[in-house]
Amino acid sequence: MRHLLPRPALSALIFLLWAALTNAATPGTLLLGALLALALPFVTRPFWSDAPRLARPAILLTLALRVSIDIVLANLSVARRVIGPVKRLQPAFIEVPLDLRDPFVATVLSSIVSLTPGTVSIDVDQERWVLLIHALDAPDSDALIEKIKQRYEAPLKEIFAC
Amino acid sequence: MSTLTEFSISALIVLGAAFALLGSVGLARLPDFFTRLHGPTKATTLGVGAMVLASAIYFTTLQAGVSLHEIAVMLFLFITAPVSAHLMSKAALHRRSAKPQQGQQ
Repeated sequence: MRHLLPRPALSALIFLLWAALTNAATPGTLLLGALLALALPFVTRPFWSDAPRLARPAILLTLALRVSIDIVLANLSVARRVIGPVKRLQPAFIEVPLDLRDPFVATVLSSIVSLTPGTVSIDVDQERWVLLIHALDAPDSDALIEKIKQRYEAPLKEIFAC
Repeated sequence: MSTLTEFSISALIVLGAAFALLGSVGLARLPDFFTRLHGPTKATTLGVGAMVLASAIYFTTLQAGVSLHEIAVMLFLFITAPVSAHLMSKAALHRRSAKPQQGQQ
């Protein structure tokens, strides 16, 4: 079984995505989806880093919900800043020291930071474990660091137990 | 299609278009590369998110069955948008640090 399905979760995801893409549950498309789900993990195997195990999947849902809400709220606040006086913005590069020590989880964190408007992650330094971000308007950088660490990094650490 | 559905779909489309517009306004008004990078991230998250949701509701009520294309669109967008923003900002940072006085990298 392990030889046939090296990554069961990835295969399941491909199958579901294929069903969503084709938007039809005819036997033919489902069969093609199943074939893709079997073949693609083999082809892409060299590119996959070993993701840590999901220790607490329930928190993942909470985090996903929190990120969605934050995206909406942050959009509104950034929209206000874009319309308002641009000169008064205080853009800044900020270094966020990380507690987590896993490349995969660090990537997830930097993606979340980029998706929530107002911050874009620029670099993950895996020697010093520092996340370099750029903030559109950050009068108080310590508060922003604290927010990122508490709202996103702490739950991620719990989810992946790293 | 009921009036309520029509209204919610219209509201979502207008909301999505408004945020796409705001993203473009940001792109035009903001002073330098790094602040401009924030505009498109906004347009892709809430702007496209709202439009995609409107599309999902519209085609679900119009046809039999649930329309799931949109979820795939949203998923791919949310995976690719941070990666492209990351690559562009990293390239910009390297160009900047190539200048003598900001030799951080």
